Amino acid sequence: MAIMNQDIVKPENLVYTKTKVLTDNVMHYCPGCGHGTTHRIVAEVIDELGIQDQTVGIAPVGCSVLAYNYFDVDFEEAAHGRAPALATAVKRLNPDLYVFTYQGDGDLAAIGTAETIHACNRGENITMVFINNGIYGMTGGQMAPTTLIGMKSQTTPYGRNVERNGYPLRITELLATLPGTYYVTRQSVHTPAAVRKAKAAIKKGFENQKLKKGVSFIEILSSCNSGWKMTPVQANKWMEENMFPNYPVGDIKVDGKIVDKVDINRIVVDHPLTVVNQ
Amino acid sequence: MAKEMKLMKGNEAIARAMIASGTDGYFGYPITPQSEVMETLMSEQPWETTGMVVLQAESELASINMVYGGAATGKKVATSSSSPGISLMQEGLTYLAGAEVPCLIMNAMRGGPGLGTIQPAQSDYFQSVKGGGHGDYQLYTIAPASVQEMYDFVFDAWDIAFKYRIPVLILTDGAIGQCMEKCYVREYVPRWTEEERRQNAPWGCWGKPATRGHNIVTSLELESSRQEQFNLKLQAKYREMEAKEVKFEALNCDDADYVFVAYGTSSRIAMKAMQLGREKGLKIGVFRLITLFPFPKNEIAELAKKVKGMLCVEMSAGQMIEDVKLAAQCSIPIEHFGRFGGIIPTSEEVLEALEKQIIK
Repeated sequence: MAIMNQDIVKPENLVYTKTKVLTDNVMHYCPGCGHGTTHRIVAEVIDELGIQDQTVGIAPVGCSVLAYNYFDVDFEEAAHGRAPALATAVKRLNPDLYVFTYQGDGDLAAIGTAETIHACNRGENITMVFINNGIYGMTGGQMAPTTLIGMKSQTTPYGRNVERNGYPLRITELLATLPGTYYVTRQSVHTPAAVRKAKAAIKKGFENQKLKKGVSFIEILSSCNSGWKMTPVQANKWMEENMFPNYPVGDIKVDGKIVDKVDINRIVVDHPLTVVNQ
Repeated sequence: MAKEMKLMKGNEAIARAMIASGTDGYFGYPITPQSEVMETLMSEQPWETTGMVVLQAESELASINMVYGGAATGKKVATSSSSPGISLMQEGLTYLAGAEVPCLIMNAMRGGPGLGTIQPAQSDYFQSVKGGGHGDYQLYTIAPASVQEMYDFVFDAWDIAFKYRIPVLILTDGAIGQCMEKCYVREYVPRWTEEERRQNAPWGCWGKPATRGHNIVTSLELESSRQEQFNLKLQAKYREMEAKEVKFEALNCDDADYVFVAYGTSSRIAMKAMQLGREKGLKIGVFRLITLFPFPKNEIAELAKKVKGMLCVEMSAGQMIEDVKLAAQCSIPIEHFGRFGGIIPTSEEVLEALEKQIIK
């Protein structure tokens, strides 16, 4: 006798469910993208800390422009790059709220560089989640400030060229040197182990807001298989081989101090691509 | 109790009125000729008394976006700047209008274009009432003509801003900002309590309780049919303001053959020119615009039926005159007189312009 769906979908068989801090809206993200997973773990953290009613998020412009449709918390939609300015005011006027920004690399490290650096330098008591996939996803795959040397994009069709396009911006290392950042880390969400570590980092970032010691900054390396023109599996492999050497994963600054093993000068060292994307 | 009177600058009046009107936050960036606003706030330290937050931002772009972020939590948040800084703020202003976030902005206009000059001008009229940023939107734009009005209009601004969920622009210039006049100050209005904030801004991002869905403050709508509906809603709001919120002052207009139409600094010069003209036997009135948006269309149309001509006096190359002519449907001679680039005309010049351009 065939086993039907209704025989399986029963409360007693439930082992995994949607976090209640996520809405029922269907996400628009591409399969393979890190946004969905990152949304999920941010929502889990908010749920586990029991702060759904005390949290305000700031959405960016870019692929995650509609983040406010997926998180079941109050949300403000910023202009491109301005999320840290909005978050500054939300937190200063409402110091009991947990405030987080969610931005991509173009938003945070190109058009919003000034807002990012000054919010970090003022030591705002906020959590900043930064998705770095080295490309502009929403507008169709153009060069980002974090695009690697030699990496192809719609506006660097022959690969990023230093003379023409300058260097990839390691903004996370740069921000770690500012006295206003308290916790700075780089994580990824491409394997179950990585997701667990990233979630712990995000949780630490939210918990730090109680300490009032400055910005907690969590970079999440993500693949963009659509923009990189690869399958999700190829993109994850390419990310490990090329993004990780250029953007090493791990804590950079903890409790206001640069981690001992971190050479902050890696900011200027570029590693060549193993294989060009596309 | 007798009203307390103080001598103060217009810029100082704005700052003191912010504190006294229960403003929750000010975010600004220094620019001449209005830096005294933030300087007054910083020396008054209202965070020690009313709890008002004052922060110097890294740019006008940041300060207007701080206004957006803070005001979107349902608090009373303000900024101030001058023409070049206000140009930078246009991005934030169109988002604020598009997300229907109440807030207060003061522009002490200076001569342009570009970096221009630091002396008074009125050449940001178009920018203030014809958009400025992208999209079909309006700011409630009000033009004080004295230090007292700089003070009082801050209190009025909060009522309008929250009633209509609209950014309010106080449009002034360095002359009113810098001049010292007597000013009656008011009793402090306490900042809203947490309950009052939630009542007055049920749409605000102040933390989602279990009793409601999440609040989203955004100006994004990808579905064009819904975006059109939203635009129609905005337009209905603007029409309602045109019906209910127009403010103006008509001086000696009842028996006038000619009127000066002006606002702010120009209106004060026009009043003196009116006196000089009346002394010569000319029946002159002054129609002073107080709200620039909503514009007193009907009142100007009625006035045009009674008088022989109008001289628009504005420290610009002629911006407000377009709205005056439209309202009057060009039924009578209407001319512009203005000095610009930071030059303030004299009353004699203004009267002479009326005699040459209109009376002839």
